[in-house]
Amino acid sequence: MAGKNRSRGPLDYGRSPWLIGFGILVFVLLYAPIVQLIAFSFNDSKRNIVWQGFTTKYYKVAWENASLVEAFTNSIAIAIMCTVVATIIGTATALWLWRFRFPFKAGAEGVMALPIVIPEICMGIAVLVMYSRIGGWMRTFESGPIHWWNELFSIWPLNLAAITAAHIAFSFPFVAVVVRARLAGFNRELEEASKDLGATEWQTFRNVVLPFMMPGVIAGALLAFTLSLDDFVITFFTAGPETNTFPVKVYSLVRRGVSPDINAASTALIVITLVATVLAMRLQAPSKSEG
Amino acid sequence: MKPIVSIQNVTKRYPGVIAVDNVSFDIMPNEFFALLGPSGCGKTTLLRMIAGLETGGEGGILIDGQNMAGVAANKRPVNMVFQSYAVFPHMTVRDNVAYGLKVTGTPASEIGPRVEEALQMVQMGPMADRKPDQLSGGQRQRVALARALVKRPKVLLLDEPLSALDAKLREHMQLELARLQQAIGITFIIVTHDQDEALSMADRIAVMEKGQVKQIAGPEELYEKPKSRFVADFIGKINLIDAEVSGAAKSGLNCSAKGLGNVTVPHDGKASGKVSLAVRPEKLDLLAKAPTSKTNISVRGEIRDVAYYGDVSNVFVSCPDGLELQVNVQNDRAVDGLLEKGKSVWLSWHPEDTLVLTQ
Repeated sequence: MAGKNRSRGPLDYGRSPWLIGFGILVFVLLYAPIVQLIAFSFNDSKRNIVWQGFTTKYYKVAWENASLVEAFTNSIAIAIMCTVVATIIGTATALWLWRFRFPFKAGAEGVMALPIVIPEICMGIAVLVMYSRIGGWMRTFESGPIHWWNELFSIWPLNLAAITAAHIAFSFPFVAVVVRARLAGFNRELEEASKDLGATEWQTFRNVVLPFMMPGVIAGALLAFTLSLDDFVITFFTAGPETNTFPVKVYSLVRRGVSPDINAASTALIVITLVATVLAMRLQAPSKSEG
Repeated sequence: MKPIVSIQNVTKRYPGVIAVDNVSFDIMPNEFFALLGPSGCGKTTLLRMIAGLETGGEGGILIDGQNMAGVAANKRPVNMVFQSYAVFPHMTVRDNVAYGLKVTGTPASEIGPRVEEALQMVQMGPMADRKPDQLSGGQRQRVALARALVKRPKVLLLDEPLSALDAKLREHMQLELARLQQAIGITFIIVTHDQDEALSMADRIAVMEKGQVKQIAGPEELYEKPKSRFVADFIGKINLIDAEVSGAAKSGLNCSAKGLGNVTVPHDGKASGKVSLAVRPEKLDLLAKAPTSKTNISVRGEIRDVAYYGDVSNVFVSCPDGLELQVNVQNDRAVDGLLEKGKSVWLSWHPEDTLVLTQ
């Protein structure tokens, strides 16, 4: 048969056993740890090394662990606050960089992207140093006129303000970069057409520019949410003794061995992140049809 | 009659270039006016200045007698069809057309009928609920057209509206645009680099080069009586023959022309020194033998190339003195066996068909 002698083309990778094997290996390496994590959250064993049988009781254990739940709620609260603020600042930054020409624009763009490239550990230390300075300065006013300030910031979720601010600082450039990339594909004639048809600057932004950049804004928000939710390094440096986030809490627990309730809590986090992603993708879907 | 658009000494400078250089002309109501020129000649800049999308120029632009200085694009009684059509991708056809009425606060009871009317006008009624990505290029353009016309502008501006369409559709749309313009009686100003488009649609054409208007005339006058080498060369094909005026003759000039020797051509004005004799390729006759007419200008040559276009052929003939002439011939029986490379032929034309170009 002629077909048998046909040599494989460079794009016929579906027919190469080596490539198929390699592909499977990649998938296994990527997903095996996650599958294993989820599977062992149902393991009926305290030490959680050997599979002993199916149970859901560790979800209950995790749920009843007050400090774990508190850390979890903190993480979600921080992530939500961070997402809202970072999305607004990031989108505004992207619009500013896209819309206006000003001196040292390239420099401004570079500085804005700095938090993306600076090693997280350096960011963490920098934020820690700054916060301790502010803290020292605040303490000198302890009995002074802004004493109420300290009280106010010990109420939840305002006591998370320090961590949230740090999260906003490192996640808004990601939003800005994503939105900026989306705006780069914007046809300026759309904006001119809107004005030509009688729309004001604001109407044009609301009716034409905003709908166009929405998929970018949602993608950016999602990125900010996940970045904030699983950040460890920067949070580790900025968390006070009373404020804990889920990753930091898990880290402190893991040092005493991984118990199934940590698996259970982690699984819950994975599910939340997945649901958020799917929701965001759904929101994005209707505006898929860009010309 | 009062002009609907009056361009008065308009200049627009960009760093290092003058895009529009002291341009003045009037456009009359109900006119189909074309701005024609090669890319970078300033025609689009001028159109955008009329629309108010380009600011910071000098001179005055009057629309219906009103000075447009300081009037923003969204307050001007003109609307534009953009080169990319700029149809809003996230809105349906109907919403696109209604947009201009909605943002200016037109009552909802009025928007509906006007949108339907505009959609009917461009035959897009059945597609009103589609999104732009479900439309072809030609249909998107109709939407852009309806969207502008629904505003009932005093002047409709069209920026290279047909350049993105394929040849067949373009020809169809040329006809349709011209009919539409006659039917609704609004002034159209079209920017184009395509001379066929301008000639077939426009009542008057302004030919621009390097920011300046070279000539404004109707299509026929522009083609038959171009005033300069640039216009003659840009509109259609033309043979330009270097010549030197040797003296005045009865109702014309005696010239010594390259390859032709001494010829007498009709000319109204005065001319001296170096000039160009211009003659359109379709005015030339291609003959196998020497012409019998004594009044015609004729020259002997050899066929160098033949470009075949089906109905006509464009024949390039090498003449004495390195003169090269092109001639358009109908592909009928008269030229059977004549259109061969290297064949010796005669070219002949009436002196009346020769133009003397001094600039």
